Amino acid sequence: MEAIIIETIIKVLIVLAVFSALAGFTTYLERKVLAFMQRRLGPMNVGPYGLLQVLADGIKLFTKEDVIPANASKPVFMIAPIITAATAFIAMSAIPFFPEFELFGYTVRPIIADINIGVLFVLGVASVGLYGPLLAGMSSANKWGLLGGARTAIQLLSYEVVSGLALLAPIMLVGSLSLIDLNNYQSGGMLSWMIFTQPLAFLLFLIAGFAETNRTPFDLLEHEAELVAGYATEYSGMRWGMFFIGEYANLFTICFLVSLVFLGGFNDWGFIPGGLAIILKVMFLIFLFLWTRASWPHIRPDQLMWLCWKVLMPLAVLNILLTGLIVMIGL
Amino acid sequence: MNVEDFKNRNVGQGSYVNVEQDEYPETPWAEFKQVFKRSIKGELLGGLKITFIMMKEALFNKQMHTVQYPAEKLPIGPRYRAVHKLLALLESGTNRCIGCGLCEKICIADCIRMDTKIDENSRKEVLEFSINFGRCIFCGYCAEVCPELAIVHGERYENASEQRAHFVLKEDMATPLDKLIFQKEYDGFGAVSPDADERVKKTPLLY
Repeated sequence: MEAIIIETIIKVLIVLAVFSALAGFTTYLERKVLAFMQRRLGPMNVGPYGLLQVLADGIKLFTKEDVIPANASKPVFMIAPIITAATAFIAMSAIPFFPEFELFGYTVRPIIADINIGVLFVLGVASVGLYGPLLAGMSSANKWGLLGGARTAIQLLSYEVVSGLALLAPIMLVGSLSLIDLNNYQSGGMLSWMIFTQPLAFLLFLIAGFAETNRTPFDLLEHEAELVAGYATEYSGMRWGMFFIGEYANLFTICFLVSLVFLGGFNDWGFIPGGLAIILKVMFLIFLFLWTRASWPHIRPDQLMWLCWKVLMPLAVLNILLTGLIVMIGL
Repeated sequence: MNVEDFKNRNVGQGSYVNVEQDEYPETPWAEFKQVFKRSIKGELLGGLKITFIMMKEALFNKQMHTVQYPAEKLPIGPRYRAVHKLLALLESGTNRCIGCGLCEKICIADCIRMDTKIDENSRKEVLEFSINFGRCIFCGYCAEVCPELAIVHGERYENASEQRAHFVLKEDMATPLDKLIFQKEYDGFGAVSPDADERVKKTPLLY
């Protein structure tokens, strides 16, 4: 019993440390990739190839004054960024990052809590995370913030239906909500990946994932062209930084979720061992997120609602119907 | 063209090109068909392809636009009018200026000042020469009017300073004696054009 507690605490600390650092490093990657796609160099002067830019940004965020506006609802304003950051990391607790491996004769399972409703837990906690922007926007006594908060609500209502329904079809095939079961279902080589049996669900979930992480085609919450910085307009210093860390941690959660459910997870991929395979998949997905940010324009809130309710949701329902028929007849 | 053409103010009339616009779908079914067609077309992937090619070209094909300024600089045109240079005679190293005072006269910003005297060989000698770069508008008249090509425009365009006194230093403009061998004949603003001999017109006195 005690061994499990110690093991869990160590895992939690490692996940926290690694993903906080990765979130910072992803900001650097994002700036670099965006720059390359616009034929610029990106950050170059801080450290070799600008690698220490993350550190400089961190120092700036930590030492900046934490301003709370006079008319803001103070406790809510102070708690909101913590909700975003905390839920982003809580969602990671049910995600198996790597296959099991042996360390000093001790079998390590790189998942903090192997619960049998993993998918549900991750999706649920991730959508709780949207309380952060919502409360931040509504409490900061700023019209841009308020608009950003309102957009959070409509965005949540729109994509949540799609992501849930899209994941239902693979879950019907596997018959389990555990992410490890979903991963093991695709262990028979590349052709058994869920993306080939459920291409539509993959597409729908990816689109919903873009909405969930507020990435570019759906970054309504903080459209700098329309809303200054949306819900985060009044935030500064480390509170703003926590929104940022939460956002990037969410990005990693979604990328791990997509690669676990649809892209074969951490099963061995040809000659590539499973641990490396999932890292490659997640890296590609992160690159895809940055790539779309460089390429596509963002859409209006009404277009997002139109897309989610009138196009994606019927498609998701249709997909479930078809999957159900095939499961009934075929098996 | 006659006067009537100039008096016509409706210059844009008839020359506008209408942007090609698709017809809006009338019925819900047509609307559905349009959405379906556009979703199938994969135009979004075209956008991804463009940015990817941009990145590939920038990284591997030397198409990067960034100039890392203090470390590398873009070349400037030979006729660019930056901070002045006072050229020296290659043989003796003395300044080419003959003290005619034309630059002082022509300067429209009134920033050139020179003091001269007649020396013992009854030639003009320049005692003092200064250009106030705080006032200079870099019009290039002084370089153009100089008969000896003594004052020219150089290529030193980084002339920010903390003190106004730095804007009038003659030593900064004059060619130092040890750098004399590097002095190039000026082909920029105010210099004689290569075909000057053909273009020159004879003065009435020559006839």
